[in-house]
Amino acid sequence: MDVLGNYKSVIAARSTDKDILKKAQDGGIITTLFAYALEEGIIDGAIVAGPGNEPWKPEPMVVSTKAELLAAAGTRYTISPNMSLIKEATRSYGLDRVGIVGTPCQIQATRKAQLYPIGMRDVDDKIALALGIFCMENLSYQALEAIVEDHCNQKMESVRKMDIGKGKFTVYTERGAVSQMPLKLIHKYVQPGCNVCLDYVANLADISSGSVGSPDGWSTVFVRSTKGNAVWDGAMKAGYFETKPMDQVKPGLDIVKKLATEKITKNQKNVDARKTAGLKADGTPKGLRNPYVSP
Amino acid sequence: MKPAVRPEVKPESKPEASRPQAKPAVKPSDVIEREKVEVVQKEEKPVAEKITIGELHLSGCTGCLVTLADNYEGLFKLLDNYADLVYALTLVDVRHVPEMDVCLVEGSCCLNDKISVEELKQARAKSKVLVAYGGCAAYGNITRFCRGGQWNQPGQEAFVPISEVVDVDLYLPSCPPCPQAVRNVAVMAYLLLKGNDEQKKLATAYLTPLMQLAQRGNEACGCDLMYDVINQGLCMGCGTCAGTCPVRAITMEYGRPNVNRDLCIKCGACYAQCPRSWFNFDVMNNYEGIMDAIKGAMQ
Repeated sequence: MDVLGNYKSVIAARSTDKDILKKAQDGGIITTLFAYALEEGIIDGAIVAGPGNEPWKPEPMVVSTKAELLAAAGTRYTISPNMSLIKEATRSYGLDRVGIVGTPCQIQATRKAQLYPIGMRDVDDKIALALGIFCMENLSYQALEAIVEDHCNQKMESVRKMDIGKGKFTVYTERGAVSQMPLKLIHKYVQPGCNVCLDYVANLADISSGSVGSPDGWSTVFVRSTKGNAVWDGAMKAGYFETKPMDQVKPGLDIVKKLATEKITKNQKNVDARKTAGLKADGTPKGLRNPYVSP
Repeated sequence: MKPAVRPEVKPESKPEASRPQAKPAVKPSDVIEREKVEVVQKEEKPVAEKITIGELHLSGCTGCLVTLADNYEGLFKLLDNYADLVYALTLVDVRHVPEMDVCLVEGSCCLNDKISVEELKQARAKSKVLVAYGGCAAYGNITRFCRGGQWNQPGQEAFVPISEVVDVDLYLPSCPPCPQAVRNVAVMAYLLLKGNDEQKKLATAYLTPLMQLAQRGNEACGCDLMYDVINQGLCMGCGTCAGTCPVRAITMEYGRPNVNRDLCIKCGACYAQCPRSWFNFDVMNNYEGIMDAIKGAMQ
């Protein structure tokens, strides 16, 4: 499979909803798609990264209204274990059609839960829309705190927006201050599990989206599955998005492909290095566990 | 319910003369004879290409067996098109373990019960594929906590996962297992045994990790998430383990699972469901096609 996965179309897009754009990280794609899917009854509810009990700490949440969606809009650069609610959404919440948004690894987990539903009773056919977000790597909450408070010298609760782009991690505060640090310095804080990840643009999602490749305020959108295609077509017809062809925007698809190749090449090396990480008594290498080979 | 034993002579091949003639019944046996033949004729054709599946019930709670039935109309579809259920507690009127393609074993094996051990060995000898069906058969599950002294068999205290007694081909953990998981495995087993080359390849790729799981060992616990995922530097905090745990023993704390080990029943669901226990791209990348195929097979 190509580093960008299978997709039916790729476009630059932006929500037409002003309320969503105000709260959105970039083009408001995920929030708008869920708003459309809720409106049309394609989903009964969605599992999203809602507000948590500490500043900038997301909490997985099942939402079913646009107001709740808006409260969850925007990127939090830390872990929101959205898969923890996947069975709960179909049981305690009684949803027949569930939407879920996740990082590439979470979408992988979603597909594994559908193909190998070991402990996921009655979940497989209830996942109506799986939206993926581009992801280079993720940080624990404590790592994010270290970056914002130690490196950028801002209080977590005073931050209005965090953003990654152009090689920098940027923090915008409520009072207008802007603090930046080079992305390079962040790598030591990245959670180890991300170093073996072989997916950048959520290859297994119905639709995946992220800022890379499109101009500020816009997002790059990959429409992948049959299901995703139907939802995207519907949303377009209903006027939820304005779009531009990918070959007419800067910096364009090449940068997405470049970053995807970089991530996958680097991490494939990490996966391979695990094979020879140790040493056996007979002098041959001893390997660590490889999830892509066997449990 | 299907008859467990197929008739040796196909009714179609019977000479015309030996068939019951359509004439007014003069005695009760005329009527009975004709009805019998009609029933057999109806059953004969779809049986031909099916695989045979049985369920051996050892020390389990019958939840696994109920799970099979929890496929509802899907179970009928499975039994109509793909598999004959040739052995199962209450569902099939067969007393002794028969020959079968796939044997699902529910429950752990009580070493103090000679019949359990004997039947398990028979199941191994008489089946092509032996599946540890559910947490007890695979890992012991709650029977791992058994210390004997319970009414009405106080002498029974030694319960082991079935792989302590026989070789096991495939694991299907969790407590109870998921109806859709056993459905998928049944369809894949059918493709493996009866399909064309391409279908065999797909079924092999699909079943491989579940076979590897059987080779991995018979001890499971929420601790596996620590030992084999977090300690190995592989956890990325997706929350699947917390979502799958049947007893809600796992919560996510700051992006990592926290297992309440007093609640954990050792069913093996969390580790098997974790995308970092195994993730086979050859199967997963084709998720849409496989899910459509299974859906199509069940319609």
